[in-house]
Amino acid sequence: MNVLFYLSAAVAIAATALTITRTVAVHALLYLVVSLLAVALVFYALGAPFVAALEVIIYAGAIMVLFLFVIMLLNLGPQPGGEAAAAGAWLAPRAWLGPAILAAVLLVELVYTLARGAGGIAGGQMIEPAQVGMALFGPYLLGVELASLLLLAGLVGAHHLGSQREAERAETQANLSPNPSPTKGGEPSSSPFPRREGGQGVRSERLL
Amino acid sequence: MTAIPLEEGLLLAGILFLLGLIGVLVRRNIILILLSVEIMLNAVGLAFVVAGSRWGQPDGQVMFIFVLAMAAAEVSVGLALVLEMHRHFKTLDADQASKMRG
Repeated sequence: MNVLFYLSAAVAIAATALTITRTVAVHALLYLVVSLLAVALVFYALGAPFVAALEVIIYAGAIMVLFLFVIMLLNLGPQPGGEAAAAGAWLAPRAWLGPAILAAVLLVELVYTLARGAGGIAGGQMIEPAQVGMALFGPYLLGVELASLLLLAGLVGAHHLGSQREAERAETQANLSPNPSPTKGGEPSSSPFPRREGGQGVRSERLL
Repeated sequence: MTAIPLEEGLLLAGILFLLGLIGVLVRRNIILILLSVEIMLNAVGLAFVVAGSRWGQPDGQVMFIFVLAMAAAEVSVGLALVLEMHRHFKTLDADQASKMRG
């Protein structure tokens, strides 16, 4: 399935080149999603359907959504006219036309491949997901354990950075109020979350 | 219907890696730097899968899964650090955070 490979490769290179030249972060993210989908089609053309599915689910799905969350949290970009102007900018064809065209090329490729039947992929040397699973939980079992440890470390690290932020915010709130009485924490207006009590515990510890 | 040559798959991986490297070196926005790192990791995974497909072994795909797990862990910590940096410096310019303290 050489046509599938070369066309997907061209789309991947074009989308990646457009990714690293965008000035708006969300536009770069759109092009990168298209690039990852193109690489997933390259994987399929190479006879690796399991990895193609993982590429779509984890890379183009989970990791890109994580980037999108951070971009939305930081509220980047100029927004002079408020919400209406921002909505108009979102609907401008300049923003979505390029990724839409590239994604349409990928869709046409996918439909063509599915219509032809998946029999003749790359000379017929397709590696089934079962083989990958046997290798993954056979000779590479230690690697799987190490990967789980790495993911746990990433989880703990991200939670540490996030919770540090929350404790410091509680501390600045305590500094802003001139005389923080101990009964103030019990009021529902000042402590809407039960989490805040943990922040106050940290604060009293630091005062000690 | 011949198989895709190994060289062309590796060439695609090399081009994608190079584009990611250019992105890391050229861009100032730290979110785009992280995106470029993702491009580079993806290109490395593509090289693994191409090599595994060349010899018909599943090892390349296994390595891609490991690269994927590493990218997920890296991006979670990296984005948490980006949030911290935005809180400290009120900017996402990587050059503003070029000095170490302590």
